[in-house]
Amino acid sequence: MIPETFEYSKASTVNEALQMMKDYGDEAKILAGGHSLIPMMKLRFASPSHLIDINGIKGLAYIKEEDSYLKIGALTREAELEHSKLIQNSYPIFKDVTKLIADPQVRNMGTIGGNLAHGDAANDHPAVMIAIRAEIEITGLKGNRIVPIDEFFFGFYMTAIQEGELLTEIRIPTPHPRTGSAYHKIERKVGDYATAGVAVQISLDENGICRYAGIGLTNVNTKPMRATRSEELLLGQEINQALIDQAAQLASEDCNPSSDLRGSEDFKRYLVGVLVKRMINKSIERIK
Amino acid sequence: MKKEINVKVNGTEHKIMVEPRELLVHLIRENLNLTGTHIGCDTTSCGACTILLDGKSVKSCTILAVQADGKEVSTVEGLATAEGLHPLQEGFHLNHGLHCGFCTPGMLMRSVELLKNNPHPTEEEIRWGISGNLCRCTGYNNIVKSIQYAAAKMRGEQTPSTEPEFV
Repeated sequence: MIPETFEYSKASTVNEALQMMKDYGDEAKILAGGHSLIPMMKLRFASPSHLIDINGIKGLAYIKEEDSYLKIGALTREAELEHSKLIQNSYPIFKDVTKLIADPQVRNMGTIGGNLAHGDAANDHPAVMIAIRAEIEITGLKGNRIVPIDEFFFGFYMTAIQEGELLTEIRIPTPHPRTGSAYHKIERKVGDYATAGVAVQISLDENGICRYAGIGLTNVNTKPMRATRSEELLLGQEINQALIDQAAQLASEDCNPSSDLRGSEDFKRYLVGVLVKRMINKSIERIK
Repeated sequence: MKKEINVKVNGTEHKIMVEPRELLVHLIRENLNLTGTHIGCDTTSCGACTILLDGKSVKSCTILAVQADGKEVSTVEGLATAEGLHPLQEGFHLNHGLHCGFCTPGMLMRSVELLKNNPHPTEEEIRWGISGNLCRCTGYNNIVKSIQYAAAKMRGEQTPSTEPEFV
């Protein structure tokens, strides 16, 4: 169907967008790629009275390495991430995840900022950000602040972004040189949300001891979830198959999937276990 | 409150008054009478509404008309030229790449960007490349063949045989 009536404004700078958000209050929503928002508005699950279009803001889309961080502008389209040589070579987990987000047309519009700001545990980037311990830059009229990923997701569609604030940048700390990462999700068909998805990043030192473990889970909890017990199990250990199996078992127990059209709770728990194993193994394989 | 937008469609400039909530697909189909672009689902899944917006393939059912202000839109009606059919149209024609044709404009427009970014795609790359376009009739194999045919023609190479395979 079509959305309910709303007013529309286009911002040309971040400050203009912030001022518009202040003027229009909590009935205003930001329009970036719009491929989470507009489908909801068409089904009338969302009816903001005002849309603030930020697609014209220059300087919010970039991928660069700076100050020991990979910095990605919030307005960077998924397709840009997918085709970025920098990302393909140095951050293999991004190559995995962007390929699995929706489909090529949606990726031409969807932005990484929007994907995270939507606060949906079914989206793919949140688990990846958890695994790589990203930091989120949020900008308001009073200035900007950095929020670590573990403090960013609060619940269903709820993030640390307050009224009148805009997610402007995602920064990823440059990983240890001996690091591998991987993401995969099981889906019913191409372009679907995850039945279950797992993101992993592992760093090993020269003696093969695990110095970093990040494991994020997609769509098996009300908010994007860290498999904390699994990570703690691996840290400081020499990783072997028995340990990986245990880590998989813990993640399977700790998540909270709901039974739905994509699968039963038991099935999703099982998938989490399988994917944790596979992604840990793949991450380790990718360590150069 | 209606807004005036300026949008270039298949090379022609248009100035149109639209409500903010009007979808781009409705602008194309209703305001401009270009009904080659189809609406196939309500969930941004099927891709029948795929057009090019400033050269990028997008699902026009999930974009507001106001978002096309100042931009160029290409629809299936703009593919053929005075010289004849676009290689992709020729490919779909000769390789039986359609039955009912409902998904076809979306497939064609998506393939335009696919081949622009990757003039020599493997079969797997084509299948991933059209993963945002659903077809209920063909089973996709002839769509893939059609795109391979067009890609070869656009590279100036010998096109593969259009004879059906008997297995």
